Amino acid sequence: MTDIVVAPAAGVAVARPDQTGELTPWRLLLRRPTFLAGAVILLFWLACAIFGSLIAPHNPLAQQLLLTNQAPSGAHWFGTDQLGRDVLSRVIVGARSILLIAFAATVLSTVLGTALGLVMGYLGGVVDIVAGRLVEAALALPVVIVAFLFIVAVGPSPLTIIVVIGLVFTLLIARTVRSTVLVESQLDYLAAARLLGEKSVSIMFSEVLPNVVPAILVEFTVRLGYAIFTVATLSFLGFGVQPPTPDWGADIAHNYVTLGAGYWWMTLFPALAIASLVIAINLFTDSIEQVLAS
Amino acid sequence: MTATDASATPAGRGGAEPTLSVGHMDVVYKVRGRDRLALRDVSFEVGRRESYGLVGESGSGKSTVALALTRYLPRNGRVSAGTVSINGADPLAMSGTDLRHLRARTVSMVYQEPGKALNPSIRVGRQVAEVYEVAGLHRAEAAERAEAMLRKVQIADPGRVMGRYAHQLSGGMAQRVVIAMALAAEPALLILDEPTTALDATVEAEVLDLVSALRAEFDTSVLFISHNLAVIAKMCDRVGVLYAGELVEEGPAREVFEDPRHPYTVGLLRCIPRRGQRKDHGRLDTIPGFLPPAGHTLSGCVFAPRCLLAEDRCREAPPPSYQIAAARTSRCYRHDVAPSLPRATPEDKPLPGPPASAETLVQLAGLSKTFGARGSRGSRGEQVHALTGVDLELERGETLGLVGESGSGKTTLAWVLLGLLPPDPGATVELAGQPLAADVRRRPRSQLRALQIVFQNPDSALNRRHTVRRLISRPLARLAGLSGERLRARLAELITSVRLEDRHLAMRPNQLSGGLKQRVAIARAFGSGPAVVVCDEPTSALDVSVQAAILNLLADLQADEQVSYLFISHDLGVVRYLSDRIAVLYLGKVMEVGPAERVFSGPHHPYTEALLSAVPSLDGQRADRIKLSGEIPSATNLPTGCVFHTRCPRRLPSGICESEEPPLREVEPGHRMSCHIPLDELQNLQRAGQPT
Repeated sequence: MTDIVVAPAAGVAVARPDQTGELTPWRLLLRRPTFLAGAVILLFWLACAIFGSLIAPHNPLAQQLLLTNQAPSGAHWFGTDQLGRDVLSRVIVGARSILLIAFAATVLSTVLGTALGLVMGYLGGVVDIVAGRLVEAALALPVVIVAFLFIVAVGPSPLTIIVVIGLVFTLLIARTVRSTVLVESQLDYLAAARLLGEKSVSIMFSEVLPNVVPAILVEFTVRLGYAIFTVATLSFLGFGVQPPTPDWGADIAHNYVTLGAGYWWMTLFPALAIASLVIAINLFTDSIEQVLAS
Repeated sequence: MTATDASATPAGRGGAEPTLSVGHMDVVYKVRGRDRLALRDVSFEVGRRESYGLVGESGSGKSTVALALTRYLPRNGRVSAGTVSINGADPLAMSGTDLRHLRARTVSMVYQEPGKALNPSIRVGRQVAEVYEVAGLHRAEAAERAEAMLRKVQIADPGRVMGRYAHQLSGGMAQRVVIAMALAAEPALLILDEPTTALDATVEAEVLDLVSALRAEFDTSVLFISHNLAVIAKMCDRVGVLYAGELVEEGPAREVFEDPRHPYTVGLLRCIPRRGQRKDHGRLDTIPGFLPPAGHTLSGCVFAPRCLLAEDRCREAPPPSYQIAAARTSRCYRHDVAPSLPRATPEDKPLPGPPASAETLVQLAGLSKTFGARGSRGSRGEQVHALTGVDLELERGETLGLVGESGSGKTTLAWVLLGLLPPDPGATVELAGQPLAADVRRRPRSQLRALQIVFQNPDSALNRRHTVRRLISRPLARLAGLSGERLRARLAELITSVRLEDRHLAMRPNQLSGGLKQRVAIARAFGSGPAVVVCDEPTSALDVSVQAAILNLLADLQADEQVSYLFISHDLGVVRYLSDRIAVLYLGKVMEVGPAERVFSGPHHPYTEALLSAVPSLDGQRADRIKLSGEIPSATNLPTGCVFHTRCPRRLPSGICESEEPPLREVEPGHRMSCHIPLDELQNLQRAGQPT
């Protein structure tokens, strides 16, 4: 049923039509309303990230000191912030940093995590035991603490966030991939490959890897959702994109103090943006998981 | 449809009314919004105290019958036409309460996997006692009755077994417990769905005997469902043959198997190696083509597309059920000429007998394999002795059959030979006089080429992400060193020799049937041009008609390529058909090894004798079965002396069997045996029949 081939480096899946004419996973996906809803929202934010400043009605950086703290209106649909900047424009343009950072971090962690998981699961023994304990030790620390340690050492920047999230998620993905590889290891095709004189590396990547791709695909989308959440959190704490560049997390951090004054729009709209993106990715993930399981 | 009439109808016990009566039943499964017919116009009856067998290959719908009778069909399945009557009541019209009542009191079912039928978290005793509690007994009394019932199914120490959990029981024991539960309610009808398929032959024989004995005692009617014709022949008074959802032939079991009158039954019986048939006698017949896909809409007879007797009328309208003798029916226009069905596979091709020149290819000496020996993973001291001091040799071009119950070390032996498992130090493993490295990764290419394997389950053995082309090309490129045009030519040759077609090359394993998948696996094994191919139960996962084609293929390939087989199987008929020599393994030791005919005809080792007599036979002789008592001892703690003494029916009274291990000595040329009893004495004993 599942006929998905991975482009090796990026972990991006493309579906190929089945020769038998039965429904391919891709067609099954397109039949699911939850998938379509998730995809539409995701595509919307992708468009914002790519064409941000072209779509935005105003310059997101332009301060209008006479028009600060304006409630939503016909001129400014999402209102303006403390510096009189258009919130709608900042939300639209702000999609870029969060998507870029989260996507880069997830790709990094998927590639590294897959490699580590394959090695742990296939080689087993001492390698697995040592790596397994290290993974558990690293995962005992909250992401934010790990990020803090890094940022203290190398300073805040989007690149730091990518590396921090990428490394932490590498461990999580490695654990999932390892357990899937262990199931595959029970199967006779690996013994058959060894009898053909295949080397371990070749068995891992050309025999086992194609069979764990569905699990990796699901893991990738799950992690992408978490990555968005984590990026937003770190930006909120001031570890990520620095002002005045529009960024949802940073904008919430900058504006939430005004909630008490009744200026809800400058916090609510970036927050809704984060929520909608996370929900969209989860809808996406659930559909993929169900289609692959069927 | 009222629910009340079900319980209101008095169950006419003792009358002429059958226990189960099924009339013109259709069952459909709704798949993607379309109804697909799984059973068509199925009618049969099971009389009082009668044992009725339903036999058919996978996909024939035999389990659907059982599910439909007790209304256990999955959500998308339903009985769309026909009637069912169990003890005069109609389960199809019952309300929930009545149905529960029926399942609790009147009908019991036993399935293939006893492990799955028992609740893993409740002690066995409680589960059996529950049946009595449901019937209204008090807890203490129910426990007492449960213990008595477990004793009846010949569980040696029921008091202790009751305190155990399902996972602590062996497969045979668990199935006895399930049978005890099924019979506890003293049902009018017992449905057994492949009850012994997951069990070893020796255990199967015991369970079947048990069912026969209890059937007499409890006065129960039995519906016995199996793919195994010999089991049905042994257990059933009457038999119905299912094909593609239709009951194609019915009659007394002995008559149907002796004189089949439907081309499908005729073909099926010809697929099975019987009466000591061997490869040098000629090839097995096969049934051409494939089972029609589920929900097929054939206008004529369902078997017509595969039938060599089919005429125009067979393809135009479905044949009626012909009454061909008292109590015998056949759904075939040409039932009168069915026994003269032409062969689908010519018999004439000469197949090799034992090779004339003896050239030892593989030499195993002092081969042992102990698991958990180096306490690397905790659990110190718990050593499993999978193989102990095995000496065997394999000659060029011969087939060495390896038989024994599960846990006897057959597969371990194969894996050690292949270099997938290291043997204990001190073993000799040689190929053509050259020592083989313990680890396959250290073996040179020439040795890799020489040793290949066909696994039992092609789903597991073929990478489901690879195409057939890639799967078969890989050994050609890696081991045979071919590329480009020469690789393509050899690939074409290979797929022709395993009877695959070009169009299969682009497919992936999940697009192929079980038989085709196994052909791909065989092509891969032969791709490197091996000298030895290990066949580890290569036909066990396949249907009988597919098995015959695969056995023919293996025999043909051996004739063409002069390859040696190490052939592992639990099916002694299959082993006998293909093997030149046979080695019998028990608890990791060789009990007997010798020419196939000598090992089968005897005098043989008492263990071999027990194995042979446990196998139900279609030919219906051998009433003098010798029985094995007790369970296979644990391989962590091997018995002293002869490892077989704990179960041996011919143990010597002198006590030598318990204290001293018999050497594997040559009792006649080429025939070695490990037994204290001299050969001529064994011969006398085995002629005389069962020991007292």
